[in-house]
Amino acid sequence: AALYSRTVSKPNNKNPILMMLSVHPSRALMDEAFVILVQNVPPGFQVTLHALHRCEDGHRWEACAHYVADSSGNINAADDCSVGGSYFGVEPMGLLWSLKPVPGSKPGLRWVRCACDPTHSNIHVNGPQKLHCCFGPPKGPGPFPGLLDLWGGGGQLMEYRSALLASHGIASLALDYLTRTDQSLTVPVSVQTAYRVLQQHPQVLGSRIAMLGLSLGTVFTLKMAASLSPQLRCAVCISGSHIQPVSGEGGVMCLCYRNFEKISFSEQDEVIWRGLLLPIPSDPSLKVDVGRLQCPLLLVVGEDDQNWCSHESATDMKQMMERAGNDQLLTLLSYPGTGHLIEPPYTPHTPSMMVLWGGKTPEHSAAQEDSWRKIVTFLRRNLYGGSDPHAVNLSHL
Amino acid sequence: MSQAVPPLLSVHPSRALVDEKFSVLVENLPPGCPVTIRSLYQSEDKDFWEAYGHYVSNHQGTVSVSEDISLGGTYTGKEAMGLLWSMRPIPGSRKGLRLRKKDTCAPMLVTISVYSGHEDVRDQAPLASALVERWYMAPGVQRIEITEKGVRGTLFLPPGPGPFPAMLDLWGGGGGLQEYRAALLACRGFISLALEYFNTNDAKPKGLDMKCFETAFEIIRSHPQAVPDRVGIIGLSYGTLMTLSLAAECPTIKPSCIVCIGNAHSKFLEEKVLKFHKEIPDRKYNKIHMMEDAVVKRDMGLAVLEVEHPKVKVGNIDCPMLLINGTDDQNWPTVEVASDIIKMMREAGKESLVTRLDYPDAGHLIEPPFSPHFRAANFMLHGTKKKVMVLWGGKTKPHADAQEDSWKKILSFLQLHLYGAPSLKAKI
Repeated sequence: AALYSRTVSKPNNKNPILMMLSVHPSRALMDEAFVILVQNVPPGFQVTLHALHRCEDGHRWEACAHYVADSSGNINAADDCSVGGSYFGVEPMGLLWSLKPVPGSKPGLRWVRCACDPTHSNIHVNGPQKLHCCFGPPKGPGPFPGLLDLWGGGGQLMEYRSALLASHGIASLALDYLTRTDQSLTVPVSVQTAYRVLQQHPQVLGSRIAMLGLSLGTVFTLKMAASLSPQLRCAVCISGSHIQPVSGEGGVMCLCYRNFEKISFSEQDEVIWRGLLLPIPSDPSLKVDVGRLQCPLLLVVGEDDQNWCSHESATDMKQMMERAGNDQLLTLLSYPGTGHLIEPPYTPHTPSMMVLWGGKTPEHSAAQEDSWRKIVTFLRRNLYGGSDPHAVNLSHL
Repeated sequence: MSQAVPPLLSVHPSRALVDEKFSVLVENLPPGCPVTIRSLYQSEDKDFWEAYGHYVSNHQGTVSVSEDISLGGTYTGKEAMGLLWSMRPIPGSRKGLRLRKKDTCAPMLVTISVYSGHEDVRDQAPLASALVERWYMAPGVQRIEITEKGVRGTLFLPPGPGPFPAMLDLWGGGGGLQEYRAALLACRGFISLALEYFNTNDAKPKGLDMKCFETAFEIIRSHPQAVPDRVGIIGLSYGTLMTLSLAAECPTIKPSCIVCIGNAHSKFLEEKVLKFHKEIPDRKYNKIHMMEDAVVKRDMGLAVLEVEHPKVKVGNIDCPMLLINGTDDQNWPTVEVASDIIKMMREAGKESLVTRLDYPDAGHLIEPPFSPHFRAANFMLHGTKKKVMVLWGGKTKPHADAQEDSWKKILSFLQLHLYGAPSLKAKI
């Protein structure tokens, strides 16, 4: 990755200050933390740490933080406070998650990169329905538990979250299901096909498959979980909703077009989609019946999600499960000040991109770090755990 | 019907510099399960090297190499990095192999696997594996080949604008160009030039050709990112003879500090010393002899030390000096040489410049940490194209400890004298 830090110092006399800047470890996966050290500066010396990254699309992102050296002439960004800049306080990974496009950049940029474990190999699987997806098993003989990863409504194939999961021992298949034109089906054929492909793959344990969905992918994840379980080992839904017609014609997209007048705009002319599906309908035929779920479900929502009514949906789902008596399967992680795009940690926060996603940067970044850890633990416990995953106690999360 | 879930093997970090530690963790085993964790590496010469430890999982089905005790294998005890430093060629390999990386730009790719049981695992399929990268170059380090003004070498620049202090890196009597230590020094903030001061193809080593070294020193000093008055020298084996000579006898080269590993200060090229071994009385020393099927030069060295002969005038050295040796060095009596150097420095009133590190049971080739140890290895005698098996000495575990400890001490010595840092305590 093209990320580096540099120190900016004020030379004060003839003798050069030979400071030392180091990052430990110097190479890491995208969800691994590092420690930045500055050494050998005069005690109390003021430095600015600056991070610059050039994305694959050529845009540059930067962040900076001001620090003061201690009496030994050292600064440790994992222990010391930033006293100004892109973030404040003790933030070991602040220089990453607070990255913003450099001044003068095109408005509405979104951070895009592919971060792969050195051993991750991408295979494009093309079945009879011409699936467009990316499958990357972990290195080793296997077989491994599998995961079907459904990204949101962006339509682009994103490999990096799947690659991160592979580094945690999970064979993930990231499916781009929105390239299909036939969006009127409740569960696109491609999602069902991808599930079967995963289940039958020689390197995947067909009896240990989970699903993970973000945003629009949540709807399809919940649909599959309600109809497939107990076959599905567990499900993770991030920033999504359970609202959609359960049968018949039209899917979520049709519902959206019917309620177009509920879309609003921010002061900066960013689209706020949030109100589209509100209020949460009480008609059960418009919602996935989560009362039928038999596998553990982890819901992750941001309370400042301006794109989707994920917080309200999660509350409604909880009530439905309480009424059905299967709410012990539910873990709801609700994060204050957090927006829609809850991504793997240390990714820069994008509050808007023509569409208002919501969230304030420090809270959103903390939510990303916390939720990712909990998602990985949840998946590993349910996919690698003992014979009865339904008995897993998640109360300590 | 559900299949068995495999154990989960993870290495953190999976990519690191060769002097950085990692932790190997196996999870999801049955409790109390005997397993073997094995590392496998194919060298650039296509030989396979391996190491392994025998473990038993705890009640949670976990084995942690950093925390648990290996009960057998190529290493025993609590050894986080045993899977690297205890590596040796697999059975059936060629004899006398030595593991050194030629291409410093590409990482070493080591496969770590876990197998069931403690019996011979080589024919078994592993339960799980992970691929680990070990790098000699950190991101942003630049490698530049130098062939100018009669100097051949490789220059490594740390990332960033600088300026940086610098090091001249001199290897030993094998000749040729070994870059890996210079690359590592650049990762740690020093501009480093690995100098090829003689080639194995040369009929005679350039040896004390001062001009070559002066030019190399000047190339470093005049580099736009170097601090010209903060340049040190590090030498190993024959390279220590060069290092001491440059510091003591070359008026234009005034290093800020020097590091000597596997000390030698006898002027080999002087005719008297070269012919000396023929004149040693048989009754006292074995001259150059064989032990464990390999050549031992240590005794000849002891005999040389006893008589009056040309030595580097180390008393003229004015800079701090770090002397690093192993007490089981079979190639040269380096510990006795260090004592002689200190005696000469004392006579010149400069003993306070010397820091001495003697490592018990370590051999001659004290290399960067976690490199495998080899007690004997093939060595190309310069000018003859003849390979002999040379006994370097050392016992594996003490030698590995010496490599790990000395590297830390070398870096802190260089930071003190080249960065001018009074105390660098990295709070990691």
